[in-house]
Parts: sequence; structure tokens; C-alpha cells
Amino acid sequence: MPDLRANTAGIKSPNPFWLASAPPTNCAEQIMRAFDAGWGGAVWKTIGEPIVNVSSRYSSIDWNGQRMMGLNNIELISDRPIEVNLNEIAQVKKLYPNNAVIASLMVESTREAWHKIVKQTEDSGADGLELNFGCPHGMSERGMGSAVGQVPEYAEMITAWVKEVAQTPVLVKLTPNITDIRTIARAAKRGGADGLSAINTINSITGIDLDTFVPRPNVDGASSHGGYCGPAVKPIALNMAQQVMSDPTAALPLSGIGGIATWKDAAEFILLGCSSVQVCTAAMHYGYRIVEDMIDGLENWMTEKGFATLEDFRGLSLPRVTEWKHLNLNYKIVARINESKCIGCDLCYTACWDGAHQCIHLDRVSGPIDGHVELHKRPTEIEATSHAAITVTPIPKLDHIGKSNHGANATPLARIPRVDETECVGCNLCSLVCPVEDCITMEQVDLNLPPQSWEQRVSSQAIATVTNAGGH
Amino acid sequence: MQAFKTHPEIANRFEDLHPPFAPQAATIEANRCLNCFDAPCTAACPTHIDVPLFIKKIASGNVRGSATTILEANILGASCSRVCPVKVLCEGACVMHRHNEQPIEIGRLQRHAMDHFYNSGAKLPLKAAVERKERIACIGAGPASLACAAELRQQGFQVTIFDRQTLPGGLNTYGVAEYKLRSADSLREVELVRSLGVQFEVRDIASKDDLDQLEREFYIIFLGVGLGRMRKLNIPGEDHPKVIDALEFIASYKTGGRISVGNKVVVIGAGNTAIDAANAAKRLGAEEVYVLYRREEKDISAFSFEYEHAKLQRIQFHWNTLLIAIHIDDEGLSEIECARVASGNDQEFRQLPNSTFNLECDLLIPAIGQSGLLEFLSKFHNLQLTQGRVVIDRTTGQTTNPKYFAGGDCVNGGREVVDAVADGKRAALGIAGALKREAAHA
Repeated sequence: MPDLRANTAGIKSPNPFWLASAPPTNCAEQIMRAFDAGWGGAVWKTIGEPIVNVSSRYSSIDWNGQRMMGLNNIELISDRPIEVNLNEIAQVKKLYPNNAVIASLMVESTREAWHKIVKQTEDSGADGLELNFGCPHGMSERGMGSAVGQVPEYAEMITAWVKEVAQTPVLVKLTPNITDIRTIARAAKRGGADGLSAINTINSITGIDLDTFVPRPNVDGASSHGGYCGPAVKPIALNMAQQVMSDPTAALPLSGIGGIATWKDAAEFILLGCSSVQVCTAAMHYGYRIVEDMIDGLENWMTEKGFATLEDFRGLSLPRVTEWKHLNLNYKIVARINESKCIGCDLCYTACWDGAHQCIHLDRVSGPIDGHVELHKRPTEIEATSHAAITVTPIPKLDHIGKSNHGANATPLARIPRVDETECVGCNLCSLVCPVEDCITMEQVDLNLPPQSWEQRVSSQAIATVTNAGGH
Repeated sequence: MQAFKTHPEIANRFEDLHPPFAPQAATIEANRCLNCFDAPCTAACPTHIDVPLFIKKIASGNVRGSATTILEANILGASCSRVCPVKVLCEGACVMHRHNEQPIEIGRLQRHAMDHFYNSGAKLPLKAAVERKERIACIGAGPASLACAAELRQQGFQVTIFDRQTLPGGLNTYGVAEYKLRSADSLREVELVRSLGVQFEVRDIASKDDLDQLEREFYIIFLGVGLGRMRKLNIPGEDHPKVIDALEFIASYKTGGRISVGNKVVVIGAGNTAIDAANAAKRLGAEEVYVLYRREEKDISAFSFEYEHAKLQRIQFHWNTLLIAIHIDDEGLSEIECARVASGNDQEFRQLPNSTFNLECDLLIPAIGQSGLLEFLSKFHNLQLTQGRVVIDRTTGQTTNPKYFAGGDCVNGGREVVDAVADGKRAALGIAGALKREAAHA
């Protein structure tokens, strides 16, 4: 059985799955139930001077009938007194000494305020601190949250204040609402942070009610930009995690956040160097029990891959991300269609004609093989032919046919597309739209050329130019 | 139009066979659609409804636009969504079968869009920019004529539909099982056609004189006359009031006020109409419903899903069985006499020795197919018939007499509503084309 124990900048947890600082970690009662369900750690809902929230706080994006592809919130930090939260932290730590409890903090930007809250919190027994420099809504208007996280000097200064008194590991939570997330990560590092967590939510307006014209969530006829999270933001979060972890002046132990809902998502963040991951939207959508499959799935995958600990694969994908100029221009792949799997939807045909390079054809019955694109019928011509055809309902009695045996009939040859490999640029689009797994595969074609990147190509051209010039 | 209301008891007993989608369920189902190129479902539909487009519009919340897409191709989109044998048409062609998944529920999605259209009280805008003076008559007010008339009006022509029945709609109003299509819903579609400016007239066009008059009044005549009466059994006693053919029987409960059938009902024949009649008898309170068929189970002409439905309704089938006599006593119809026949031979049904048996029977429903309107159709000049069907040019619907066009059951021998709609619309385009050519030569 693989060992899932995680260590994030000295904060130890039985597994890398933490609940992010958010409504699921509002109070001790919730966090203890979460630990019972299997969560390795929890970042307490941000503690600070209690606020007042509005009613109507969340809105979401549904996609293709699925609920909450993305979630947006305008809820502020904890609305409970600091002492209540700290007492409850002490209570949880007493009952759950092995689980990580991290206190998320946000106070006004003075040295005294930060010193005071850090000392108070550490007295309660929290395993670590997470400085909330990320909250993009509400608190930022009061000079806190992302207002700090968007200015490197502020972030560095406050981190340094905290580090003056902190005894436990200090994580700085980064906002993605900035041109280059590395600037704040570097600032935090300069300020002495022990680790980072990223990303916080993304500024968003999820949508507008087309009857009232009020954006969601609607608070008495008005809305405010909120923080976007959930599955939709994962690719953005992965990119930012990679950016931070690949920059030696920014990289610190990182707790990954952003759209994580499954063990696969978690594995991806760890492959990009994260030491733990934080989850919120998925827990808000499906409850604490989602962690059961996250643990089990990650263990099974690690067993399958022969990884004994998280460190065995942490960061493995980082060297696999490079700048575009280093990619091999002499690597060529083309689409191949597995005829036995093709169901004849021809989405690849539409995608290639309208969205790519017009190299997939429906000419398996009549057209010339490997002919040039112009020789082929265009999509509109094919559709016009179908539309002009006279079709009738098959009636056994009238048509002298057997009982129609509808169901898994073979795909007619005319509906199985053909890829013109001489024109295919290997863009992947057809394989992405194909609804059938492994029906369209991208296969490597050997060009018999040594690898060459753009950087190498332009430098060799430069050399050639110089050489040619010298010849004169 | 006169107000028509279904008997409340019928509404209770003939609940929808396929209940409508709740809006969110429709969205989820619509999102399953892959949006195929040159979609096989569209190709399989005789009216070539752009299925992926109307489904995409449901998914996006543009349900009104979805209905318009359907109506553009098929003015009877609502009835077709309920009565089409989708398993052998659009849904049978769905690529999802090969994806090891259930096909998209195209019929129910279409119904969702059409219900939304009618419930919202929306109207179809008239496309014609100019009114044309040419008058066209459609004989028969069934699906073929409705589709033909609607398309002709969209092109600006003046159209009148004639039917001897008081309610328009043909078999859609009188002949479809109520759990599939309510007469009221068929009439709602008729109103849509009327709203385009089509005139409806109740007149029985039967004699040569009637035809001559029509020919004088109208430039072109479209024959959407359907098939004739159901075939007779040719057995003594079949004129008894408790012997009623399937179409008359179905009409009697849909629009005639019938709400009971007695305890034992026997249906002769195993086509789709026979099944409709048998199922209806069950819903109207019959304890036992028997279907007698002279051939084997495998030979029945009903669609498989209709047969399966009947079995679920506990209809009992007697295969290789002939009706040989109807027994009528003082109190009326009492029982029928049947005999088993040897299977195998196509046309002859040799009675097996000592195989006769009697069945109690309170109502006997012959359902052995409709005959062609041979006598009526032979009254037209130069109208070529084959096997009792009107011969047409398939692409234009024009008959051998250039003044006449035709479509629907009288041409195709009795197919589905959607085939009649396709025929009617094609004929309308044929008529419009012919008139435009004439105008160009004038």
C-alpha cells in the first residue's frame, strides 16, 4: 500500500487532501466531520475581524446539462469572532492531533495587527498559517486580500512581519488576478514564507439573467464581481502552479488549489510539484465523502505506477513543460481513424473542414484517394444531396422486407471518414471531438529528420546567413 | 371551427404512452446529441427535419426556434413527434446505437419543442411576400393535404381543403390511438394550417359532377384522399352492430362518445391498426381481448414495438387462426367460431381438421386493412392507377393528368403520417414549380 503522507513546508498530514479555506471549513463541527470522512487537513475559513455577509452569495455555470462546472462566490471571510474560531481550532487539534489544521488569516495591513493574530492563532495549536493575500472580492476593497496579493511590496512586507513572530510554517496564498503570478510568489519568498498555496479564486461575473439583466448572484437588483472556482479553473491553476514551481526565485513548497475534484486532478498538481492539494467546490457540490475515492484512486494509481510515496512522483512533469521555442519542429503526427470503432457521426469531418485544415473527407465510396482538397465535395454539397433524397418509412408489408432489425448496425463505408495524411498537420482536433475513445488516434510519422527546435532553426539560419554573407 | 372536446373518461383512460419531458430533462437529453454531420436521423426522416439543429436549440434554451426548425420541414411536427415509428426512422438511424448507448430520444424532444410552441400560443409567420391568384383544391383533410396546403400558402397560393368529415385532420383526428395522439392535438395542428390562410370546407367530393365543378373552380387539384374503408370479412353476420371495423371503432371512442366495449373483444388481424384497436378495447374496460391472426407470430405486420406494447397490455394472440362464423342469438352477438389453419402457404389457409373452437365475444373488430378507393379514383380523366394506387412522379407528386397531383396513403398504399406530410409538401413544391413554369411561358 503506498504511503500517502504529505509534508507541505513542515505541515504534516496523513494524506495530501486538504479542504481549502472556505464554507466547508467554517467551524470545528464541520472540520471534525471532514476528518472523520478522511480528509488529511483543513485550512480554516479565513479568520479576522468578523464581517457581515450579504444574502445570495453564489452563482454557477452549468454546462451541457451538468451543474456547477464553475462556481462563483461573493462571501467574505469568517463572520464569527476570532476567539470562537481559535477556541474551536484548539478543540479540533486536541481531538485530531494527526490531521493538519491550518489557520487562514486576514487582518488590516499593520504590523501590530498581524503580530497579534499570528501569536493568538499559534497559541490555539494550529499546525501552520496561510496568509490570505488572494480573496478577490469585498475584502480587497478594504485594502486586504488580493489588494495585498497584487502588490509585491505589500506581500513581501506583510510576509516578513508575520515571519518575525511565527513559530509554525507560513504559507502565502496567491491570487491569480495578476499578470504574472511569479512576481508575488517571489515577493513571498523574499519575505521569508515557508510555502505557498495557489490559486485563489478568479475574478468573475458568471452570467446575467436575461429577464432582469442583473448579473448573478443577484443581491437586491445588483451584483458584484466574485471569485470563480470549480472544474473550469483547473487548467489555469495548473499553469500557474507550473510557472511558480519552475522558477527557482519563486518556488517554495506548494499547496495546489483550483478545480480539484478527483484523484486524477490531485495527481496532476503533484506531478507539477505540489506537496498537497486543497479542495473546495467539489466538497461543496458533493460533500466531504468525495475524499474516499480521492484517497483510494490515488493509492491505486500509485500502486499501478510503482510509486511508494508522494515524493516519488512529485514534480515529475515539471521538466516536461518548456518554452515553445524548444519544441521539436520535426516531430510529425497524423490522425488515423480506427474504422472498426467509427460510429459515423462525422464530427471529425465537420471539425476538420470548419475548424482545422480540410483534410478529412467523406469519399470512401467514390472519390479519388489522396486527391487534392478541391477535388472533394464540400460539406454543403453532401448535405444538399441527402436533403434531396426521397425517404420513406419502411413498412414490412408494403416493402416486402423482413422485420427491421435496428440497433448496432455496422457503420456504412460512406460515413467513415478518410484522413488525407499528406495534408494533415497533426493538430489533434478530430481526435478531441471524436466521441468514441481510441477511435481517432494520433500516430507518429517518421520524417527521417533530426530533432530541431525553432530556436535551433533560426540560429542555424542566422549562421547560414552569416556564412553566405562571408562568401561574398 | 366547432369546439371539440374529448370525453373526460377517454382522457383518463388514454394517458400518454410516452409522457413529455420535464424541461430540464429535455435539456439533458438534448445535450446527449452528438450533432452529427449530414445526420443519419435527418436522412432517415421522410420530411428531413434538421434534427441536430432543433435539438441544439432545445439545449441552448431556444425552444421556440427549435419548433420553427421542425415546422419548417414538417408542418405536422407535433403529431409526427407522437405517432412516428421513430425506432425504424430517426431514432433507428441514430449513431448512438453503435456507441453502445440508447439513441437520442428524438421523438420526445420534438414533442417537447412542439408542446412549447402550441402552449405558448405562438403562430407561424406567413412567408409569402405576395398573394398569388391561382386557386388550388385539396381533396381530403388528412396529413398529406394539410402539408400540401400549408406549403402552398407559404408560397402565396389560395388553397381550399375539402373533406366529408366534420372535423379536419383525417386519420390524425379520427384514427390514431388516443394514447399516442389526442384528437384535440390533431385539431390544434389543423388550426395552425388554417391560421396560414387555408380554407376548410366540409363537402363530400364523390361524384363525377362534384369533380367537374372542382375542376372549373380550381386550377390544380391535389388528391390526399387516403385509402378507402376497411376490408370486409365476407362472413355472414358482419353487418351486426356489434361488429365494427377498427377505424370506425377508434373513431367512435375518440370523437363519437364511446366509453365502453363489453367484456370480451376479438380483433381480427395483426397490423398496427389492429393493435391500436386491441389496446383501446383493453383501456375501455374489456376483460379479455383476443387478436386472431391467420399467419404465424413472425409474420405480423405490426411494428415490433407495437406488438410488445400489446403483450404488456395482456392482449392474447391466437396465431394461425381464422374466423369462420359469427354467432348471433336473441340477445345479440354472443360468440364467434374459429379454426386453426396450417401454416406455411402464403395465400391459402387450409383449415386443420377438428380444430374449431368458440370464443365468447361482445364486440368483434375486423382490422384486415383498408382497400383502395378504386371506384372513386377511376372517375378521374387520365389518372393512371397501379394496384389501386395513384401513379405519380415521385419528385413532383404530379399524376398522369397534369391538373392533378397526389400524395399520402392513396399514393403510397398506406404508410405513416410523416410519409404523407413528405408527399404533400413535395407535391406543393411540384405544384408551385408547375405554376411558375406556366406563368413564365404565358
